[in-house]
Amino acid sequence: MTPRTAFQAVSESPLGFLASSWPWRSVAYLISGVLLGALTAGVLIGLLLAGALLAVALVGLVAFLAVALSGVAVGRFERWRLRLIDPDPLPDPHRRPERAGRVAWVRTRLREPATWRELGYTVVSLGALWWIDALMLGLVLGIPISLMVTPLFELQDQSNAFFPKILYTVAGLALLPFAAYPVTVWAAARGALARAILAPRDAELGAQLVEVSRSRARLVDAFDVERRRIERDLHDGAQQRLVALSMAIGLARLEVADGSTAAKHLTAAQDEAERAHAELRELIRGVHPQVLTDRGLPASVTDLADRSPVPVRVDVELPRRLPAPVEVTAHFVVSEALTNVARHSGASGATVHARLHVDTLVLEVRDDGAGGADLAGGTGLAGLADRVAAAGGRLLLSSPPGGPTLVRAELPCSG
Amino acid sequence: MLRIVVAEDAVLLREGLVGIVERFGHQVVAAVGDAAALTTAVAHERPDVVLTDVRMPPAFTDEGLRAAVALRAAYPGMPVLVLSQYVQPTYAAELLDSGGGRGVGYLLKHRVGRVEEFMDALVRVANGGAAVDPEVVAQLLGRRRDPLTRLTPREREVLGLIAEGRSNAAIARALVVSEAAVAKHIASILLKLDLPPAADDHRRVLAVLAYLRG
Repeated sequence: MTPRTAFQAVSESPLGFLASSWPWRSVAYLISGVLLGALTAGVLIGLLLAGALLAVALVGLVAFLAVALSGVAVGRFERWRLRLIDPDPLPDPHRRPERAGRVAWVRTRLREPATWRELGYTVVSLGALWWIDALMLGLVLGIPISLMVTPLFELQDQSNAFFPKILYTVAGLALLPFAAYPVTVWAAARGALARAILAPRDAELGAQLVEVSRSRARLVDAFDVERRRIERDLHDGAQQRLVALSMAIGLARLEVADGSTAAKHLTAAQDEAERAHAELRELIRGVHPQVLTDRGLPASVTDLADRSPVPVRVDVELPRRLPAPVEVTAHFVVSEALTNVARHSGASGATVHARLHVDTLVLEVRDDGAGGADLAGGTGLAGLADRVAAAGGRLLLSSPPGGPTLVRAELPCSG
Repeated sequence: MLRIVVAEDAVLLREGLVGIVERFGHQVVAAVGDAAALTTAVAHERPDVVLTDVRMPPAFTDEGLRAAVALRAAYPGMPVLVLSQYVQPTYAAELLDSGGGRGVGYLLKHRVGRVEEFMDALVRVANGGAAVDPEVVAQLLGRRRDPLTRLTPREREVLGLIAEGRSNAAIARALVVSEAAVAKHIASILLKLDLPPAADDHRRVLAVLAYLRG
């Protein structure tokens, strides 16, 4: 198994470890740590001095602000640098500023705990870590390397024999593999420390997760808006033309004698137009139920119950109209559940129950059928679960073999 | 000749409706495109009957229906025939509840194509009768299953036709049976539904509808 981290690499077989890129990566990590430390120290000392000197002119405050925010830059570079010894990327804990512009950026950053953790890391890094980096490189690598190069400086000195000189070099080379261990272990420890401090906290990840589910809800909303637009278009366009066509045929029918061939054709045309109209009506109802928009959930559920071939008792009492996306989701939950009851359950009756509990709509569709409904098996129920989840709610199902079946949807109504 | 106010926002259909009623010798005293104009026109013209769409500007929900119910409250006995694109028992029940169910109708729009039947319904409503779309009746029947299971399929059929506002003679023609047979069915229906038989056809319709709405 290829090691995924420096720690894992160290515990591999010595030959495998020494032949791998881990020691080199660790050295690179520590060297970049020293460089970053020196650079940060220089910049921060400069900024602090400038801030202290210019504080009277208030301009200095900008320098202090830059010091406070320096951790953001250091943190970003550290997260990027960490990939040398830890290939698992570290997500950025920062949120995107709500508005564009520097002021909004600074304001957002100053409010984030991540910014202050990064500043803390920078201070610790400057106070201790990069010295240890330098010490590690200097002692652990410095000793063997200086042993190796000693003969080069002593070439002019003819007093010693050739043998001892080459011994220095051999000793240096022999020490190098041993140096690889402490270097890699320190690099790994420093990496773990960086990860612990610079990784996003759950709450910070949580903010991003909420953002994702919100965008899913937006997508569902966009679909609903689109469905309503289609419904409007069909209503204002195709449906009205069909009615106008029907009227024209009706008027023409008045002009021809009963029993004539023309009358027969016109009657057939009239029948056809009515069938088209009926189909269009069904289609429109499936796309978007008009009664839901007009009268809200209790009326639309009653309507669904009326259409169900299985007798349905409706017990829906809500204190107010709910947000449109909730109403639409709830309507389709009832619609799909009642369709399932009629198709699969063999039930002789069903109940739709809905109440608003504080800010959550709790909707239950219960039947006395054979049970055995399965979220994984039925595509309809799985689709509903997705839809409910996108609205921030959850769908629960109880359907033991032999029944009864209960579908319960909980939909948050706040915001 | 009836004096009629027509309210329909789609010009194509409005012109069509005006054409049809005028073809039958009635007079359209106002043809308007929204609920506010409808209310004004009725106040001005005091027509014999109002013919209105459900969905109209500005919100395109149920302005027409609400205007109709309001008009029937403001002018008791004002006959109103509502045309809808949808089978919507909730709307129908609300309308039928107004004004004690006299001179009221609820038809699906495409019935207008059956020009003679449509005009029959309009005249019936203008004369204080009722006209309910068969599809709406079917749904209203579906709503109250339990007591209706006692009816035979033929009796359900007859009840549907009664609810539409047909006379015994019309029902007999529609079902190709004698009027006596229809009368027998009706007596049986009213008995099974615990409704005392009444002499007046019109009151019988209301009784049935009231029961169905209940």
